[in-house]
Amino acid sequence: MHWLPQHRQVDTRSRERDIKGRIMTITENMPTKIIGTRLLRREDPPLLTGEAKFTNDLNIPGALHLAVLRSPYAHARIVSINTAAALAIPGVVAVYAGKDLQSTWAGPMPCAWPVTPEMKNPPHFPLAIDKVCYVGDGVAAVLATNETASRDALDAIDVEYEPLKAVVDLEEALSDKTIIHEGLGTNKSYIWNLKVEATEGCVDAAFAAAKYKVKERYVQQRLLPMAMETRAVAAVPQPFGGDITLYSSTQVPHILKVMTALTLGIPEHQMRVVAPSVGGGFGSKLNVYAEELLCTALARKHNTPVRWVEERSENSQATIHGRGQIQTIELAADDSGKITAVRVRIIADMGAYLQLVTPGVPILGAFLYAGVYDIPQAYDFSCTGVFTTLTPTDAYRGAGRPEATYAIERAIEALAHSMKIDSFELRKRNFIKKEQFPYTAFSGLTYDSGDHLLAAEKAAKIADYAGIRAQQEKQNVPGATKRLGIGMTSYFEMCGLAPSRVLASLNYSAGGWEAATVRILPTNKVQVVTGTSPHGQGHETSWAMIAAEKLGISPDDIDVLHSDTAIAPLGLDTYGSRSLPVGGVAVALACDKVIDKAKRIAAHQLECAAEDLEFANGTFSVKGSPDRALPLAAIAFAAFTAHNLPDGVEPNLEAQVSYDPPNFSWPFGTHMCVVEVDTETGAVKVLKYVAVDDCGVQINPLIVEGQVHGGVIQGLAQALFEEAVYDSDGNLKTTTLAEYLVPAASDVPPITTDFTVTPSPTNQLGVKGIGEAGTIGAAPTVINAIVDALAGLGVTNMAMPASPQTVWNTINNATRGGKK
Amino acid sequence: MIPAAFDYKRASSAAEAISLITQHGSDAKFLAGGHSLLPLMKLRLAQPSMLIDIGRIKDLSYIKDAGNHIVIGALTRHMDVETSKVLREHVPLLADAAGHVGDAQVRHRGTIGGSIAHADPASDLPATTLALGATYVVQGPRGQREIAATDFYKGFLESALAEDEMLIEIRVPKMQGAGWSFQKFNRRAQDWAIVGVAAWRRKDEAGVALVNMGSTPILATSVASAIANGASISDAAAMASNEADPQTDLNASTDYRKHLASVLVRRALEAASK
Ligand SMILES: Cc1cc2nc3c(=O)[nH]c(=O)nc-3n(C[C@H](O)[C@H](O)[C@H](O)COP(=O)(O)OP(=O)(O)OC[C@H]3O[C@@H](n4cnc5c(N)ncnc54)[C@H](O)[C@@H]3O)c2cc1C
Repeated sequence: MHWLPQHRQVDTRSRERDIKGRIMTITENMPTKIIGTRLLRREDPPLLTGEAKFTNDLNIPGALHLAVLRSPYAHARIVSINTAAALAIPGVVAVYAGKDLQSTWAGPMPCAWPVTPEMKNPPHFPLAIDKVCYVGDGVAAVLATNETASRDALDAIDVEYEPLKAVVDLEEALSDKTIIHEGLGTNKSYIWNLKVEATEGCVDAAFAAAKYKVKERYVQQRLLPMAMETRAVAAVPQPFGGDITLYSSTQVPHILKVMTALTLGIPEHQMRVVAPSVGGGFGSKLNVYAEELLCTALARKHNTPVRWVEERSENSQATIHGRGQIQTIELAADDSGKITAVRVRIIADMGAYLQLVTPGVPILGAFLYAGVYDIPQAYDFSCTGVFTTLTPTDAYRGAGRPEATYAIERAIEALAHSMKIDSFELRKRNFIKKEQFPYTAFSGLTYDSGDHLLAAEKAAKIADYAGIRAQQEKQNVPGATKRLGIGMTSYFEMCGLAPSRVLASLNYSAGGWEAATVRILPTNKVQVVTGTSPHGQGHETSWAMIAAEKLGISPDDIDVLHSDTAIAPLGLDTYGSRSLPVGGVAVALACDKVIDKAKRIAAHQLECAAEDLEFANGTFSVKGSPDRALPLAAIAFAAFTAHNLPDGVEPNLEAQVSYDPPNFSWPFGTHMCVVEVDTETGAVKVLKYVAVDDCGVQINPLIVEGQVHGGVIQGLAQALFEEAVYDSDGNLKTTTLAEYLVPAASDVPPITTDFTVTPSPTNQLGVKGIGEAGTIGAAPTVINAIVDALAGLGVTNMAMPASPQTVWNTINNATRGGKK
Repeated sequence: MIPAAFDYKRASSAAEAISLITQHGSDAKFLAGGHSLLPLMKLRLAQPSMLIDIGRIKDLSYIKDAGNHIVIGALTRHMDVETSKVLREHVPLLADAAGHVGDAQVRHRGTIGGSIAHADPASDLPATTLALGATYVVQGPRGQREIAATDFYKGFLESALAEDEMLIEIRVPKMQGAGWSFQKFNRRAQDWAIVGVAAWRRKDEAGVALVNMGSTPILATSVASAIANGASISDAAAMASNEADPQTDLNASTDYRKHLASVLVRRALEAASK
């Protein structure tokens, strides 16, 4: 035995003991059944006690403060910029206009998703050069020795603008009356089509033959992502040699590193990107932003650290927006209500420029307009991306899939209404059946598993669907002012982005793999290095649980390293509910690889063949003679001393995996919600919300429930509260949290979560993503419930957000006999 | 989120505060709880060059029974108004309304005097004290004077206070067992009212004031007269907006506000008549 047997006697699994100053000793292996337990999140103590360090908490001596002057016009030419008065303010070091920095950029800001070869993408630079295209567009950059002086200087810069007509309305933008980017000759960025027909012309034929048809128009209002931490950046040049470290409140340190290097012409190996604690993103930090490029470029220029922190109202305008679509959906159905064809037309608001994945967001939704239904190959989808003079849109929790789910789940209600049958019954007639999985949808993608009826019936039971229907009979009588409604949504979510080959077919410029390294240190402590970049999701806890279960080591002895490209050089970061089904699976695979290596060493030391060994509970033992055994801890030490390794086996226990998923992950479920609508005021009260989700095997149910809660609240917020409101001049009217109504704890109903478990057959953990499912389910569920409550008054549709005023107006229009 | 530069002085008495404001003139502002002033300063919508902090003047924070009235020091925090036994007994409408102001943090910092002096038509306590027939006591270099709530509100964020005057006390008549109700309609529980109603009723006598229904808090005198003349509650409530002139904003159009006012006044009077 070459490892230190005396140290095995001491159990050092508890971190407390280390803190109390006991000698660090070798960790014991132990049976570990931890997947599926409600382990408290290790991330929470530093967050809850304020110990966590966010980008703006970093103490960076000598840093200059960047402030960005932003356009007050949605659309204007820059006639002149006078910076003299700003430069005279004590503490102001430099003021740059867009023209001054033009030679700094090796290329325009990146858009990684040219969805069609013809897609039009106007050049977009961190500071506008001669024209501004939205309120908030950067016009000048101030560097000052303190933040106050940098803000004072903004007031002192004198810019002369020649205002042009704002383009706010999507349909107006399409008319090309006012062209925003003259060089493009049109406001249309692209048209993306997907037509799937079993036989040519079968969509039109299905509509012609249909017993029932519905055609509905829905507006997905723009939303502000409103992460609790606004963005913050600090770029720190190293004193010699040109290396630079970029700290940013980002979800995508790896993507940011490559893109910053390319945009600034910095050799990639000289860039390091670190995401310290990040206070939420919801997609808004899945981007490469002007301020990241400005800080990096100016830090290099001045050879001094440069930092920037975004104000809240700046965040409303300078950080991407979500949603922003007008959808038209048509369903054809036969006499039993079986859907026979789907036609979808979308106008998608790109905003003023294409940010990192702006054009791809509606395309992600294109594959989900069939929802959870068994629909023949008769699908006709087209999306037109159009520029407006508003803040660019981009990925926001769900990115394209909530919009798609909303459309099909609202349209199926309309279909049920036209057939005069219960919408739950209509759903049942159309559900893909359990025995049909794996199911190839008309979009061409394969849904790996599902059981929609099970989830729906479970939700109906918890929500007491039948009871609510009975109570409605009594309550929603003519003249009633408190009307009861119940709504549901059954969804499929396409996440776990993504198989690289599928991304290639969609023209996405990167892959969808994820990397993980598992390193067992000499004392049997473990480092898990992941390419995911958590910003609230609890990867440190979950990845430690996966490795603990695999290796037979307490999660307390496992550290999870991430979000620093020097420590975790390979990765594709966190978005699209990908982290667990791609990154977490990579961790499991890396564990397997380490165990394989350890097994060869164990076989050598136990003098048997590797095939004769089994590994369980952290111990290798010879099959049939369990007393011939070695714990992983012994192998870890042996691999470190390298005194007695088999030929051809390198020292140390470490393995790296890059895992490319074979398929998306397909969580699904049914949400139900019960509302009471006060018809006198239009106020909606959510009485009950039930979410039954299926994300396969749950690593940590506590974290799963947290994701569902947060997701549901964000979807409910779209349904009831939130909207980025612009006036006709393109001014955002909801720039503070007083106008932009993010619901608080007192505004959300109790949420009952429950689950069905259909393990994913495509990965060894059986896991599926759950980060976006709640958001996808909630908005249509709430709106369906409101429309249901008001059905007796002739209401058939409801705009989002269903504010009291909107509800009241809609009731008035319906009862006055007006059309919907 | 960084206000423009300003100076700061802390006053320990009303007299000192008034002498400071006299010295520093119209660019100076009193700072009480700071929960209306500081947000404006952070957005640089207000840029006073001098703040005179009156927030720690201890002897202006009190709630006392003065016979027919309850007297409240201007620096009394919303939370103290909300939880006061004296007010709960004699002016429960005011205590209840104070409990509807913002959230707990706001109620621990904001003061009743600041709320009234700020004269924001969307604030809850100006309208409530107006409905109750309160009198405000103000002090300036020329001494003290009393201003009836009905004479106090002059326009949007404008009051009868002179620049060098300070509000020091609010006198509210005891409600003598009148029924009452405070109705606050908003989209999120902790928001300002889209429309609010403070109402009390004692037989044919009633007082009704409206929050956020014009450029000042509005005394709905038509409703009160209708009740005095024996009108039904719903007929009286239909007159809710007679004195009002509500604006359109993100949450409500003028018409919708008027409609809400009549619904809420009806509900308030129904509750107050029980
Ligand atoms: C998030 C938030 C939510 C809120 N929600 C509500 C709500 O729902 N309902 C509501 O009614 N209010 C609400 N408020 C406002 C709150 O009630 C304020 O506290 C109040 O309006 C002002 O009181 P203050 O003591 O903070 O005054 P300050 O902000 O200190 O002062 C306000 C103004 O009054 C002047 N002033 C203050 N005291 C005096 C005095 N004694 N004499 C002369 N002038 C004086 C100041 O110079 C300043 O111009 C909210 C505030 C916040 C920040």
